Amino acid sequence: MNSTVALLLCGPAALLTTAILGAAAGRHTAATRLVYGAAFVISAAVLAIVAGHLASNPGEAPAIALPLGLPWTGARFRLDSLSAFFLVVVNLGGAVTSLYALGYGRHESAPHRVLPFYPAFLAGMNLVVLADDAFSFLLSWEFMSLASWALVMAHHRDEANRRAGTIYLVMASFGTMALLLAFGLLAGPAGTYAFDAMRAAHPGPLAAGAVLGLMLLGAGSKAGLVPLHAWLPLAHPAAPSHVSALMSGIMTKVAIYGFIRVVFDLLGEPAWWSGIAVLLIGGATAVLGILHALMENDLKRLLAYSTIENIGVIFASLGLALAFKANAMPSAAALALTAALFHVLNHSFFKSLLFFGAGAVLTSTGERDMEKLGGLIHRLPVTSFVFLIGCISISALPPFNGFASEWLVFQAILRSPELPQWGLKVIVPAVGGLLALSAALAAACFVKAFGITFLGRARSAAVERAHEVDRWSLAAMAVLAAFCLLAGILPGLVIDGLSSVTLSLIGDRMPVQVAELWLSIVPIAESRSSYNGLLVFGFIAISASLAAFFIHRFASHALRRGIAWGCGFADAVPAAQYTAVSFAQPIRRVFGSFAFRARETVEMPAPGSLDPARLRVDMHDVAWEIFYQPIAGAIDFATERLNHLQFLTIRRYLTLVFLYLVILLLVLALWP
Amino acid sequence: MLELAVQGVQMFSVLLLAPLLIGFVRKVKARLVRRQGPPVVQPYRDLVRLMRKEVVLADNASWLFRVTPYLIFAATWVAAALVPTFASGLEFSWAADLIAIVALLGSARFFQALAGMDVGTSFGGIGASREVMIASLAEPAMLLIVFSLALVAGATQLSTVAAFMGSPEVGLRVSLGMSLIALVMVAIAENARMPVDNPATHLELTMVHEAMILEYSGRHLAMIELASFIKLLLYMSLIACVFLPWGLANAGAGPQSLAIGAAAYLGKLAVLALLLAVFETAVAKMRVFRVPDFLGAALMLALLGTLLLFVSRSL
Repeated sequence: MNSTVALLLCGPAALLTTAILGAAAGRHTAATRLVYGAAFVISAAVLAIVAGHLASNPGEAPAIALPLGLPWTGARFRLDSLSAFFLVVVNLGGAVTSLYALGYGRHESAPHRVLPFYPAFLAGMNLVVLADDAFSFLLSWEFMSLASWALVMAHHRDEANRRAGTIYLVMASFGTMALLLAFGLLAGPAGTYAFDAMRAAHPGPLAAGAVLGLMLLGAGSKAGLVPLHAWLPLAHPAAPSHVSALMSGIMTKVAIYGFIRVVFDLLGEPAWWSGIAVLLIGGATAVLGILHALMENDLKRLLAYSTIENIGVIFASLGLALAFKANAMPSAAALALTAALFHVLNHSFFKSLLFFGAGAVLTSTGERDMEKLGGLIHRLPVTSFVFLIGCISISALPPFNGFASEWLVFQAILRSPELPQWGLKVIVPAVGGLLALSAALAAACFVKAFGITFLGRARSAAVERAHEVDRWSLAAMAVLAAFCLLAGILPGLVIDGLSSVTLSLIGDRMPVQVAELWLSIVPIAESRSSYNGLLVFGFIAISASLAAFFIHRFASHALRRGIAWGCGFADAVPAAQYTAVSFAQPIRRVFGSFAFRARETVEMPAPGSLDPARLRVDMHDVAWEIFYQPIAGAIDFATERLNHLQFLTIRRYLTLVFLYLVILLLVLALWP
Repeated sequence: MLELAVQGVQMFSVLLLAPLLIGFVRKVKARLVRRQGPPVVQPYRDLVRLMRKEVVLADNASWLFRVTPYLIFAATWVAAALVPTFASGLEFSWAADLIAIVALLGSARFFQALAGMDVGTSFGGIGASREVMIASLAEPAMLLIVFSLALVAGATQLSTVAAFMGSPEVGLRVSLGMSLIALVMVAIAENARMPVDNPATHLELTMVHEAMILEYSGRHLAMIELASFIKLLLYMSLIACVFLPWGLANAGAGPQSLAIGAAAYLGKLAVLALLLAVFETAVAKMRVFRVPDFLGAALMLALLGTLLLFVSRSL
């Protein structure tokens, strides 16, 4: 059975070969097509191997140990149900992104800075998911981080991108350090770095708490949990759009894989309070992420902030699963974990789709700033249609997929009264309220994103010249839009597909859904709750067409085009439309003073003066000011002081070395 | 078979009753200020007249603007058809629970806000942006109400909730009272009624709902108007079936109890419409930026209602 894993490892190996090819031939015009074509074929092949494995022998977890890496552990790789699910997410995303890049990549101004790193990035993500010992895991994780950093720096002549790259590198190193410490604690004094040894060893409560905290720091910083999110909205949009899609849609999921692998699999039984920490961080992340997204006018940054919101939803659901698991409620824990994994899959679909759409807008207009777009629905009909599907899905509206997974999260929240602890009983519904708030704000955010970008009238000349993008890009977006609809109307199939994962991690699964009437989903019992995306979709389609038929049969057909009503001021300039800032103004007034310490000041001209009045809005990134600036200041202060050590004489250096040795010996002598 | 018939009757009765309900509310409001008021069947006439008129479409309107009225109507109608009105034994009640019904209305609003922004005038934008602000507070409040109902009744399935609320084991609970107040506040905001929004205004700066649909005319406007009538009926049915479940015919009931259920339903609608008209006549519209306070109060009430359930099982 080792052959499956060996076959799967050929995938990353082939991707790395492609990366070397890309580095060698990066400046050649055919290289773009070659690299992305190869990446597409390899991702599809890995997907086929995983599918074949799941179809033929689903219960087994084949493993392989290669004589690489640490001499006493080797490089171990294993394919269990959790790895298989995330391999599907990574390679489905990888395949569709490569398809998109076949068209999008042709517009790349510096292909030699993208082509070598793109397949390497994909290979890194595949290896993280397959790794079965701490050393390979960390090595692949770091490889993934560095490859994506190189992609962020693809357009490094832009000052903002350089800053994004620096912050990303610092945060990625910080995250890896936290992971390193977490694995160190898991390995214990014996230093057993293989995952199966860690699984067998049960750390004490203190060590387990420390591992959980370190995983929240390490995986959380990569996934974008508040307040570790600061790098994400800078780095994700800085990369080329297909890479942004991979980073936001897929790499954050690999971070979630790391969290699930350690906390649910390696750490053993969780303490009940661990759920509270994850729940609260998840809820806060969801609300703050989407509020930031609402205030954003750059389309790609808006999408990056919305990623933070979705990560919050997933982590809140994982926290719920932890709480249920700790209290020996396996069926509820399986429900919450299924909801989290379903949302992982859904988010990888619609976030990639939306970043592709943003990339299409960028290629056809050269603009990311929504204030300069508008009216693109007339110029890019197909892109705007699929982008609309992405917006509906991410806003958790039925009958699309985002709603199906959020519905499951709410169903899991409704099982909270059975929890024995008071703290959890009170916190879970409150977090449910936060998630509902973030879902409603997400709908507002994507009304803004679609409305300002695609609807209304063109706000700049660039829009007037826009043309629909190439067929590869359109095909990739159409595939993802179809996935969004399918996962929304047939959620039962996805839920049943996830059952082996929850069985292996929790020991229980959700009831079989495929057998339900009309493919509805019934998490607990039909009298309690059920939802049928297929029927809801069918009902809406039937009643809409019924209404349209009735209207066209009996009502007037007359239609006249006229100018829009402007209170008698005909033909107002497009600049007089509602802008992105004005659209978000009511929500800024409601939440801004709390979340951003927003202040509005009006500067009125002197009486009689003809100068314009000005409205100025000051907003602060509170997390940045509270956490990052003091730390950066402290580091600056320390380096300033330590700088003197660079200019000592050799005698003083020798004295320092001597003192250091004495201190070390003293410590050893006094150690109990 | 009976359930299918009940479902069918229910589906078309909400469609036919909705304009009558609006006509009744308007009539009562007119009488309360000593006006004669239009006849109660006036909304039907308005709809027919709108359908006969030509559509004047703004130059810049896209396909989305023309499709939206049908989508809004369909989503609202489907949602309304799944809320028990006179009988709880609906054939398709399992297709969507209360969370899904609320989310369906969210889909309708999503498209309405987009259509408001399609033409590219300031009115559409102002309406859409205020609407999403109101929704961003009303939706979480509504979901917390659903939470408390689900915690009391042990289900989000509306027919189960209605059956439970009709049974004697409910008792008098403080949480349910809070949920009722919160639900009424949310319903007022969702239906763009006073004091959140004035359905009769066409003064540009005070409109919310009307500003979004300002560019609509003819058959498109008829669909949107009908959808908003249905939405009011939906919320009244929801309040009636959850908080006034008396007379509601249970699943598999005979024709006699169905008749009682229908009569009781009409009576409940009349009472609620009367209360709405009196309330709307008595209050003044509030400024847009007072609305968050109003809805924040609803949100807090709903949250408090949920948390109270944990403090004491009997409250």
